[in-house]
Amino acid sequence: MSDSTSAVAEPASSDGQEDRKVKISINGVYKIFGKSPEKARKMVEDGVSKDDVLSKTGNVIGVDNASFDIYEGEILVVMGLSGSGKSTLIRCVNRLIEPTFGTIDVDGVDITKLDADELRAVRRKKFGMVFQSFALLPHKTVRNNVEFGLEIQGVDQKKREEAADRALELVGLGGWGKYYPDNLSGGMKQRVGLARALAVDPDVLLMDEAFSALDPLIRSDMQDELISLQGKMQKTILFITHDLDEALKMGDRIVLMKDGKIEQIGTPENILSHPASEYVSRFVQNVDYTKVLTAADVMKKATPVAFVKDGPRVALRKMKESGLSGIFVVKQANWELVGHVTADRAVEAAKREDQWLDHITERDECATVAPDTPVRNIFPIVAENNNPVAVIDEEHKLKGIIVRGSVLGALSERGDNNDE
Amino acid sequence: MNSFIPRIPLDAWIESGLAWLTTALSGVTRAISAFLGTGVRGMVDFLNWIPPWLLILIFAAGAWKVAGRKVGILSAVGLLFIWNVGLWGPTVSTISLVLIATAIAVGFGLPIGILGALNDTAHQVLRPVLDFMQTMPAFVYLIPAIPFFGLGAVSAIFSTVIFSIPPVIRLTTLGIRQINPELIEAADSFGSTTAQKLFKVQMPLAMPTIMAGVNQTIMLALSMVVIAAMIGAGGLGGEVWRAIQRLRPGQGFVAGIGVVIVAMILDRVTQKIGQVKRNIND
Repeated sequence: MSDSTSAVAEPASSDGQEDRKVKISINGVYKIFGKSPEKARKMVEDGVSKDDVLSKTGNVIGVDNASFDIYEGEILVVMGLSGSGKSTLIRCVNRLIEPTFGTIDVDGVDITKLDADELRAVRRKKFGMVFQSFALLPHKTVRNNVEFGLEIQGVDQKKREEAADRALELVGLGGWGKYYPDNLSGGMKQRVGLARALAVDPDVLLMDEAFSALDPLIRSDMQDELISLQGKMQKTILFITHDLDEALKMGDRIVLMKDGKIEQIGTPENILSHPASEYVSRFVQNVDYTKVLTAADVMKKATPVAFVKDGPRVALRKMKESGLSGIFVVKQANWELVGHVTADRAVEAAKREDQWLDHITERDECATVAPDTPVRNIFPIVAENNNPVAVIDEEHKLKGIIVRGSVLGALSERGDNNDE
Repeated sequence: MNSFIPRIPLDAWIESGLAWLTTALSGVTRAISAFLGTGVRGMVDFLNWIPPWLLILIFAAGAWKVAGRKVGILSAVGLLFIWNVGLWGPTVSTISLVLIATAIAVGFGLPIGILGALNDTAHQVLRPVLDFMQTMPAFVYLIPAIPFFGLGAVSAIFSTVIFSIPPVIRLTTLGIRQINPELIEAADSFGSTTAQKLFKVQMPLAMPTIMAGVNQTIMLALSMVVIAAMIGAGGLGGEVWRAIQRLRPGQGFVAGIGVVIVAMILDRVTQKIGQVKRNIND
């Protein structure tokens, strides 16, 4: 874990983010409702509060100087309570609401400068939008609803029916095409809404509180499903929510908004561990850390380790120096995990005068987890094993170890942070 | 007060204005008169040419199909009664006038209503005008109709259209304006043109409300066609009007019941047209 990242600034990207392409770039966007936006903007820039601007000029500040980039293929969650301006902001991105000031570049083209025809073309090509109340057309069948975007584009009947059926299949509603939205449950309706957005094969999915109207269980299913769909599609997703748990679960990065202003931008982990303001830290207080923290967050450095070429005596010595009753064995070249050796076995091997460790290494009994495994899934594994749990990446390299104490320790540490 | 402020001669202004309009528009009004007159006569003659029993059967079957068995049977019984009491001819001409006037009212009202829905300025202008039209006593519309179109069916249709057009305009505007804004956003977000949005989203969604407006327009048209008997529209209203002049309450009531029967049939049938069925389309 790197502790060096500052709270507000985005984390210095260590995971290859610098070579990710910026899909949408939002720069200094304001939305001011009312007759004298210039004056209102000047007032907020001078630090006058939103309420005072309203009472003095009659202008409502919807979005106050928002700037951030959305990378290609990421899920960016904009999160805030009602009135925070998040829904206004997402509508500025496809100009359902005209931004008052600022620029919004989509693939390098500033869409605030486009005329009506150009804007329509961009909306057709690049965006698919999903709405909180589903916004399905009740007079059309499910299939016709999903076809809607293609119908608008003038795609011929046969092609768009195929595309609609494909999209319905993708969201798990194959065979429901002939029904009407009124025949469907809330969760199914939103699947149709998602299918409608996917049918036009957009670069960017705009999801405005898409799951907020659903029951908790169905909502959780939809979240999982969107995440797994995203694994296949790699769309750029701008996701709006008022629910922090949802934001933490869905977001590659989170933009936290309050009163039209951006409070913090960062990864879920970054926002939890380094809240940029009093507001954010109060907000993140009630988070269930077992869902948020992963193996990578709670693991300890795996030192010492024994190498395959080490004999039992060397291994025993390493254990003795660190007060361990067992040690992980890795290949020296690349730290690929070979297994685990307990002190008892090492002693036996030493008596037999073994030269290598591989005879006594327990390969199968060694419990492993991936770095991104949530802590709540690690508890049972830790409980069942006497030996520490190894954290390994896809190439079986040993990244760290988890012992019982380290999980609880990490959790209680977070709890302390929140009480400050 | 009269000594301080002279009476405003509004009545004289209106009359001279109407007189000017009558002469200025005489070419137009004459053409409309000829066209509509021929249309009404053609329709009445055609409906009278069909034997009453066959026409009753057609009406009843249509009502059954659209609005169900009960309405079908009610239509058949009602129309048979009208035939029996010797009011078939007047009923046919009343129905013809109502249908033609409604068609014209919807033909103008629908686009005006759409304009009022899409354009705020139009909406602001329309509202007081429609209020004015609906509160003005119905009889008043009869008077200017005569200099424009003379006594008879065309004048009746003219005043009927003026009197019955407000509901279809109002409810078209209302129906489109009350659509869930997210649906409009959805249409916009996929890149709809204004026309696509209107015909694929707004009109279909507003249709139940618009049909409620058409229903009201038909009902108002019927009531006005009856009143228009005073300027020679004939029909069932003519029968009532004659009964009043001769002080024959029996005859008046029978003709009145005829109006009620026609009203009930038109109301039930048009109400059903407004209700769209949304179920599995197997």
